Amino acid sequence: MSVPKRNVRLGIALIAVVLSALPFAVGLGMGNAWVRVLDFALLYIMLALGLNIVVGFAGLLDLGYIAFYAIGAYLYALLASPHFGLHWPAWAVLPLGALVAGLFGILLGAPTLRLRGDYLAIVTLGFGEIIRIFLNNLNSPVNITNGPQGIARIDPIRVFGVPLSKPLEIFGVHLPGVYLYYYLFVLLALGIIFVTVRLEDSRIGRAWVAIREDEIAAKACGINTRNVKLLAFAMGASFGGVAGGLFAGFQEFVSPESFSLMESVMVLCMVVLGGMGHVPGVVLGGLLLAVLPEALRHGAGPVQQMLFGRVLLDPESLRILLFGLALILVMQYRPAGLWPSATRRREFSKPGP
Amino acid sequence: MSSPGVPLLEVLNLEVSYGGIAALKGISFAVEEGEMVALIGANGAGKTSTLKALARLLPARGSIRFRGEELAALPSHALIGRGLALVPEGRGVFARLSVAENLSMGAYSRSDPAGIVADLERVHELLPRLYERRRQLAGTLSGGEQQMLALGRALMGRPKLLLLDEPSMGLAPLMVHQVFETIRAVAATGVTVLLVEQNARLALETASRGYVMESGRIILADSAALLLADPRVREAYLGE
Repeated sequence: MSVPKRNVRLGIALIAVVLSALPFAVGLGMGNAWVRVLDFALLYIMLALGLNIVVGFAGLLDLGYIAFYAIGAYLYALLASPHFGLHWPAWAVLPLGALVAGLFGILLGAPTLRLRGDYLAIVTLGFGEIIRIFLNNLNSPVNITNGPQGIARIDPIRVFGVPLSKPLEIFGVHLPGVYLYYYLFVLLALGIIFVTVRLEDSRIGRAWVAIREDEIAAKACGINTRNVKLLAFAMGASFGGVAGGLFAGFQEFVSPESFSLMESVMVLCMVVLGGMGHVPGVVLGGLLLAVLPEALRHGAGPVQQMLFGRVLLDPESLRILLFGLALILVMQYRPAGLWPSATRRREFSKPGP
Repeated sequence: MSSPGVPLLEVLNLEVSYGGIAALKGISFAVEEGEMVALIGANGAGKTSTLKALARLLPARGSIRFRGEELAALPSHALIGRGLALVPEGRGVFARLSVAENLSMGAYSRSDPAGIVADLERVHELLPRLYERRRQLAGTLSGGEQQMLALGRALMGRPKLLLLDEPSMGLAPLMVHQVFETIRAVAATGVTVLLVEQNARLALETASRGYVMESGRIILADSAALLLADPRVREAYLGE
């Protein structure tokens, strides 16, 4: 607790240097495709932090979380693309995405207030699928979402009128679009981390933990469990909505298949694997699970070439196999997650009953 | 607050039903300020339903007047602020929070830091074990210690009336004895207690008055001493 102020400043400066230099190191060392992977990792980190509020803090198992990502993404796509001829600026659409996703969070939360565990998981799973199926089918009789074709030519995100999709020269330094998006995403991810850490430490955060532990006792302590649960759903959803809007502007294309159940499961894996309820763990989980499949995709072929002289197994199927194996190993040897909070580590290390 | 002659808690025609099956068939009783009242009866007699209805955890019909205010329209989380604290059945401690954090959650609805500090000291004096174990996770305490913690947490809300639901449940006999010692000590500080308990003898030996419940009705009401001597009670509930 008594870290000298100078060390804190030094640490922050170090993190700032590393985060600013990262795209250059990755881009020059491994190519800009990997900076793109990094951009996606940051989006996943934002998603994982949002889901962590619902699952990690409040203990409400949500299997349809990707729906809020979809809502944010489609809202951006509809308001900033030639589809409706609307070209709203990102700084207006992104907060609106957070708001609308938050409202949908309440919409999902309100009828499920009495549900917990498996039952809640089933309802949220259904909700996620309903949103995806709606997006898939809302192209007739009135074409709203353009159905399975998705919406293309979405406006890139602009900061002070500068589109982040085009390379930029600053003081002779060449910054490709993926670098510019990286910096924007890093800033927003840091913002979300800050908000999450403050929330965890607040009255609301303690109320979330209390309802996670025992709802009746939480009520007896004077916690308005209904409002506190709805707030968890709304906060988590709004993070997802922001990430979704960023995704749409970054990809310049959205279609329903980006928001499948598999994506919800993936984000949940990030939270559980990293360390449920522990912000640094969740960030680590998001980063690893976003980067690992890509590393396996690109690495599986060449490694086989090197070992056996030819590619024995299709890298794509091997990737899923190894990914599954990695999940099993982590859960076997670190059941509380890769980087759990001190409390959870204690809980899992105590001998069984 | 309460004027003389008006009981602290007055329940009139309380009815609870689970999907058409009546668990409480219109019971009425009262608890005076400063006394300890026991609600005894067999399994399924409606004791826990009564407490849950009082704590607004179950939809109920009838009137619940507490310090002159009708509680029937209030949500359960508003009760602690009115001075009514529930220690739930099965204790309900926040297992993955420390003992100290559990106690501070008990004061969640309060906004008087000085008063909270004073009450924490009072609770530590009453329950020294909680102070010794303040950094331990509540889930790692023994059953008896968890019951003490649930009691301490309820006291942190500075209640006028404590509702205790089966405090002896699942505890070793020695622990039951200790928990009831603590309940007596709490009552001695001036907190009114309504105790629901299957262990009828222990409950009547601890309380000053008692109600006997059977199939959703109150069938006997008397002082604890007279109930202990009543042949019907002795035969049905004290196993004699």
